[in-house]
Amino acid sequence: MNFRRLFLIATPYFWLLALFLVPFLIVFKISLSDTAIAIPPYTPTLDLSGGWASIKSFFSELDIENFIFLTEDSLYWKAYLSSLQIAGVSTLLTLIVGYPIAYGMAQSSDSWRPTLMMLVILPFWTSFLIRVYSWIGILSNEGFLNQFLQWIGLTSEPLTILNTNYAVYIGIIYTYLPFMVLPIYSALEKMDGSLIEAAEDLGCSRLSAFWLVTFPLSRPGMIAGCFLVFIPALGEFVIPSLLGGSGTLMIGKVLWEEFFNNRDWPVASAVAVVLLLILIIPIILFQRNEQKQREADQ
Amino acid sequence: MSRKFTWFNATALTLGFAFLYLPMVILIIYSFNESKLVTVWAGFSTKWYGELMQNDAFLSAALVTLKVAALSSTFAAILGTMAAYVLVRGGRFMGRTLFSGMIYAPLVMPEVITGLSLLLLFISIGLDRGIFTIVLAHTTFAMCYVSVVVSSRLVTFDKSLEEAALDLGCSPFDAFISVTLPIIAPAVISGWLLAFTLSLDDLVIASFAAGPSATTLPMKIFSSVRLGVSPEINALSTIMISIVTVGVITASLISKRSIGQRERDEQAALKQ
Repeated sequence: MNFRRLFLIATPYFWLLALFLVPFLIVFKISLSDTAIAIPPYTPTLDLSGGWASIKSFFSELDIENFIFLTEDSLYWKAYLSSLQIAGVSTLLTLIVGYPIAYGMAQSSDSWRPTLMMLVILPFWTSFLIRVYSWIGILSNEGFLNQFLQWIGLTSEPLTILNTNYAVYIGIIYTYLPFMVLPIYSALEKMDGSLIEAAEDLGCSRLSAFWLVTFPLSRPGMIAGCFLVFIPALGEFVIPSLLGGSGTLMIGKVLWEEFFNNRDWPVASAVAVVLLLILIIPIILFQRNEQKQREADQ
Repeated sequence: MSRKFTWFNATALTLGFAFLYLPMVILIIYSFNESKLVTVWAGFSTKWYGELMQNDAFLSAALVTLKVAALSSTFAAILGTMAAYVLVRGGRFMGRTLFSGMIYAPLVMPEVITGLSLLLLFISIGLDRGIFTIVLAHTTFAMCYVSVVVSSRLVTFDKSLEEAALDLGCSPFDAFISVTLPIIAPAVISGWLLAFTLSLDDLVIASFAAGPSATTLPMKIFSSVRLGVSPEINALSTIMISIVTVGVITASLISKRSIGQRERDEQAALKQ
């Protein structure tokens, strides 16, 4: 084994071991510890100076008490369920909003496409926080949306949207829309146009040609887009804490508050471990979908 | 696909882009509002920009953010390129599956978990939190993005170019520097840019990693936005949006020109 190759492999490898895998093992370990009024605020802490006996007593003090606590206190499982629901509903809404945009892009002329593409990507480069913030002024009681609705006479009373789950849906759709549009667009763009012509020659109407040919062929793009929205939306913190209200339960927010406000590190760690376990399922499904796509492309 | 651009497509695109851009346009317009009330127009003024320039807390937070972004994106570009090279060209080695898992996992990991785990690491090894720990945290998640961008370029490029250099007497290191690196350079640069923006933008991981001694701009914005809309934040947002817009448009014009140049070169080469 030559030295350069070893160096090349070892540098990023050890970086990730030290700053990704080990931290996660620490989270797992602390999730099995007990809360204590101390620095750091949990017990037991590993003390290697005591030799084998102290290591043994360290392991014997670890237990799954925090996980049992998560199932007993309804706050947590309600937060998990409501995160799943909010992420699911907003993923579906993002698909409904994003599909026509991707379709329109794929149908436009070659000279327009790069510009449209850039217009979709540009918001992704601008600050996430600012994009979420921009909706506060629009959705508040005296905000632009309510001014507009009252001006056209649709409502007489201002609608309360900000600090409700509706605002969270809007925030997620808005910030994650590019993640939905781009994969659908790339699936539609790859499609062979003669398929539609063949369907129409064989007597399909334009609408049924769309439903029978275009829509099924864009499915891999839709699936990829849905995962790309659903996975980050599930652990979202910024959107529920800026646009949601006190009634908006999302697990990312619960974890943050458990850690920063309640300073309960073991429970925050247990919340993180469970969130990860929930996320593993969609992540594996997403990987499979990508794998299948790669094989189909070759 | 067969293209029939209909009124339906035109409407979808118009509404879609209006949805994407209207909130930002409103934000920009109201940053020039005279009134402190952000939803009532009281005439044109640039006074909020003036007040922003007087606000030392924002300026020092912006400086911290730029420092962190410059350092972490550079480290991330180096480490990410190495990781991509190992993934694509590294051959077999012990723990390869674990390695590729560690590259892809941070991409889908919720920020709250990444942040929490890094903070617990820093505390358990007794590292003082500050700019240094934010740089460590940002480098770690950004290097994964860089390695995805760079490895997609490495996969498509012709390995025989490297082999030719080796046959002609280059050492593997020379071959990398004089053949591979120039070819993957655009991907490394876009990876660097991506890492830079991710770092500029990050609130959650920085909040965990920062500790009481360092505040980044997103942390500062977040704490003042929680209290509601303020015209100063609108002014700050407008500045940030303008920088990004100019940057992205410039970058796309440059890449368009370089693609055009390459096509002309190729045609010229074919004629000869």
